Amino acid sequence: MAKEQLMSYEDAIERFEVVIGLEVHVELNTVSKMFCGCANNFGSEPNTNVCPTCLGLPGSLPAVNRKAVESSIAIGLALDCQIASNGRFARKNYFYPDLAKNFQTSQFDEPIAFEGEISIELETGEVFMVPIERAHMEEDAGKLTHVGGATGRIQGAEYSLVDYNRAGVPLVEIVTKPIYGALDKAPELAATYVRAIRDIVKSMNVSDAKMERGNVRCDANVSLREKGAEKLGTRTETKNVNSLKSIENTVRYEIQRQAFILAAGGKIVQETRHWHEDRGHTSAGRPKSDADDYRYFPEPDLVPVQPSEEWIEEIRLTLTEKPSVRRKRLQNDWGFADLEFRDVLNSDLLDEIEATVAAGASPQSARKWWTGELARLANVQEVAVQDLPITPEQVASIQKLIDSGELTDRIARDVVAGVLAGEGEPAEVIESRGLKIVTDEGALIAAIDKALASQPDVMEKIRDGKLQAAGAVIGAVMQEMRGQADAARVRELILERAK
Amino acid sequence: MTDITSSSAAILAGLISSKKASSVEITTAFLDRLEKLNPKTNSYLYFNRENSLAQAKRADQQLAEGKTVSPLHGVPIAVKDNLTTTDAPTTAGSKILEGWVPQYDATVVRKLREASMPILGKTNLDEFAMGSSTEFSAYGPSKNPWDLSRIPGGSGGGSSSAIAGHLAPLAIGSDTGGSIRFPAAMTGSVGAKPTYGAVSRYGLIALASSLDQIGPVTNNVMDAAMLQDVIGGHDPHDSTSLPNGLGSMVQSVKEADVKGLKVGVVKQLSSDGFQPGVKACFDDTIEKLAAAGAEIVEVDCPSFEYAVAAYYLILPAEASSNLAKFDSVRFGLRVTPDGNPTIENVMAATREQGFGPEVKRRIILGTYALSSGYYDAYYGSAQKVRTLIQQDLAKAFTQADVLLTPTAPTTAFKIGEKVNDPLAMYLNDIATIPANLAGIPGISVPNGLASEDGLPSGVQILAPAMQDGQMYRVASIVEKLYMDQWGASLIARVPDLEAL
Amino acid sequence: MSEITPDLVRHLASLSRILVTDQEVEQLAGELGIIVDSVATVTKAVSGDVAATSHPIPMANVYREDVILPSLTQLQALSSAPDSADGRFKVNAILDED
Repeated sequence: MAKEQLMSYEDAIERFEVVIGLEVHVELNTVSKMFCGCANNFGSEPNTNVCPTCLGLPGSLPAVNRKAVESSIAIGLALDCQIASNGRFARKNYFYPDLAKNFQTSQFDEPIAFEGEISIELETGEVFMVPIERAHMEEDAGKLTHVGGATGRIQGAEYSLVDYNRAGVPLVEIVTKPIYGALDKAPELAATYVRAIRDIVKSMNVSDAKMERGNVRCDANVSLREKGAEKLGTRTETKNVNSLKSIENTVRYEIQRQAFILAAGGKIVQETRHWHEDRGHTSAGRPKSDADDYRYFPEPDLVPVQPSEEWIEEIRLTLTEKPSVRRKRLQNDWGFADLEFRDVLNSDLLDEIEATVAAGASPQSARKWWTGELARLANVQEVAVQDLPITPEQVASIQKLIDSGELTDRIARDVVAGVLAGEGEPAEVIESRGLKIVTDEGALIAAIDKALASQPDVMEKIRDGKLQAAGAVIGAVMQEMRGQADAARVRELILERAK
Repeated sequence: MTDITSSSAAILAGLISSKKASSVEITTAFLDRLEKLNPKTNSYLYFNRENSLAQAKRADQQLAEGKTVSPLHGVPIAVKDNLTTTDAPTTAGSKILEGWVPQYDATVVRKLREASMPILGKTNLDEFAMGSSTEFSAYGPSKNPWDLSRIPGGSGGGSSSAIAGHLAPLAIGSDTGGSIRFPAAMTGSVGAKPTYGAVSRYGLIALASSLDQIGPVTNNVMDAAMLQDVIGGHDPHDSTSLPNGLGSMVQSVKEADVKGLKVGVVKQLSSDGFQPGVKACFDDTIEKLAAAGAEIVEVDCPSFEYAVAAYYLILPAEASSNLAKFDSVRFGLRVTPDGNPTIENVMAATREQGFGPEVKRRIILGTYALSSGYYDAYYGSAQKVRTLIQQDLAKAFTQADVLLTPTAPTTAFKIGEKVNDPLAMYLNDIATIPANLAGIPGISVPNGLASEDGLPSGVQILAPAMQDGQMYRVASIVEKLYMDQWGASLIARVPDLEAL
Repeated sequence: MSEITPDLVRHLASLSRILVTDQEVEQLAGELGIIVDSVATVTKAVSGDVAATSHPIPMANVYREDVILPSLTQLQALSSAPDSADGRFKVNAILDED
């Protein structure tokens, strides 16, 4: 496909108002599927987590997973939504080979949650309230593999293979109302919003929230209108954008593409589009047409979902603190500067630092360990810092030994290396490596005297006020003590001796 | 006809439990008869002597060990071919499912197995139960044992002809708009549609999910009550199945007493449009009940006028969605057109060749009723008519304990007579449809032969939702009034099939 | 009079994934026209304030617990498939969507 022409981003923003709408699909991490008892499991052998119901065999019937409803209500509450006192499932009818029954059991005009909002803070600190229209329950489809032709692409494939393991996995689709006024920040807002949703469902433990596995997927709607115009422009919907970076790029690309067309007097075609991260552009999919008549009607095989006030309140009590609220609280408690705190967020180390502080370390020391030495070691080993084989409790216990003067920073790093090498708890590493700091002053004084003997002029210099001359002696003493001495104390002792 | 094959299921169960006859002997007798006579009636689409006898043998072994697992232990039964069975192909009367052997048993089938009732075979039906004559079966129509040139009713004509022809002592049917009751009336047998949700639909190949209900087709009311007791009850696989049981139907039959009974005659279903002989039989039933001491009241159900229209919107709408799964991907027929077809082409060609004309008609009608711009006027209005019908019935049941109507407007018509006139065919269910729309139980009991053609007529008894016991109680009263007159059940007068 | 035109029948058949010949379209348009005219009487029966009944016996809140029940084996799942490969259901190429 020929690459489409774009207007520069700055010109596009100058001329048009951007309106975006986001639909985020969250795969719930229930044990079993939405409507049957098959395992909700990623990575099983194909077609092994299937039964008559999720295979759509004749005669089979659905039965609603209580936990999935509970998680959906919890998500609705976390987004400050109202919970419907009478929700119903509906059938969305369309033919596609990954859809076992050729209808998707979903919710249509009676979603479980509606009318919510979420505050999104951008990099600049600017806060947007994103209005939530609804959150509804539905089921995922199976997975298609296209064989032959260009690798893995649907075009030119000779045939396709279907695995229904994912068919019937519970999804919650969160739909925003149109978002106005983000101006040039629209792409960033889109990505930050999706990140916020991901963080929320992860912190609530209702989803594994791994975007690379498709646990969280986004459809991005973008439309433009001339500044000052009232009528909304025609929108496009880019489907299944599956990384934060892609979401930002998709919205930016669509703004530029649509702006070029509109500026040239053209019309935007209402269509679904696809984002190609490798090629950096979207491409047209199916135009919306009257073929998209989904013929929704109430699912006659299921009865209404009417959560009681008591049930909703019970679920509300289980809600964890909202990630945005938690972040604010922690930054405040810890007294981190904005830049320090952003480092922590960007390296996704909030949980680790919080646990380290809880185990007794000061916030600053916990931050330094995780964003400093440990991050460096992880980088060397090419693993995520969270995956290093050291616990926040171990980090805190090492820090305590530093604070009490039993370890120096340098020795402590050796202790960490020992823990990471699998040599056991910090105490065991200290023991087996003989890393305890030398606090026996007799031994220190002996070492100092030995060093002074080989550098007789040092005492003179100190007495003349050239205190820095002590450095050479400290170095020699530390060498003698194989580093296991407190340099500051050694310095004090040298100065005392010079009196 | 041997004594065994003309006996009621209750008597057979007694013979088995008292060890006067074995399940193998009884099952063999029915297999012998159906193997010989099924070519005449086309009641069964599938039977397998070896498999049925193996089940009978297991039932006998249990008895030998002193285990009786149900009141119908060892009594064989025929199952409509829209219920899934792991040991027999299940076609729903359609070419699109030819040869499909399901990976699971329907809940009702599982319950029959748990009750140690050998399955004789799978009975014929209109394709996907869409019809009232079995003429829309892809495997040819079943014939009425009273007159082989006539329809045995539908969609469950395989089960009704098997009962009337004594090719099975018991049968399972499914009733979406009358598919149990109408065939029962056509063949002089008894057919009951329980309250919606009383019997699990899991494994019933869905026609219209909010209307479908499984029920018994039998020789007599007691047999039906015994069978409903076996197949009824809550099933976690069916979210619409009633949470609590409805009590023992057998007990209700035993308690039958006409004293104080108030019988409602539905104004809209007692005058126009009925064959005179059928109307005469119905009037006779009412007179008999009155003479026996029942109070007869007329009740007004004005919304019944719209029942057939609402039904032929709701049913096709739900069916169009239920039948979408027949797409050649996971099971069933696949037709691959010439050239280099896409899966879309394959699906469309498969559905074109796999579905018969009535099924296609209803799928397209249902697609229309649900499509945007028409939904409110058609599907939406039809759902509202359902509410009106429920309101009419609620009011009627404050005036009467049960409602009586003729089950069908006519006796059995000739094969071919209505097959090209969909509207005429749809009107066969005019009296049976309201029960499905409202979810209430209904039963058809034979009430004589129409004077003009000598063919069976049936009377329908409707009871309020969940009051299936009341329905069986009154059905038993009506049956007894006729037994007192005839000395034997109507079905005993079926012509000798072997001679036909 | 009926609004069932041949073009509408073609559209409905396509939504229903049923191949129809021109002759079938003509026939279906005629038959469905008669049926629709007849069932359209429902629109006369109801006024706006009547509630819709989608389920004959009112029930709500029927759930299953979040536990795993036995699944089919891959062999069972594929046992009735017209075609399969690599443990999956095999179908002809899908209409180019991209």
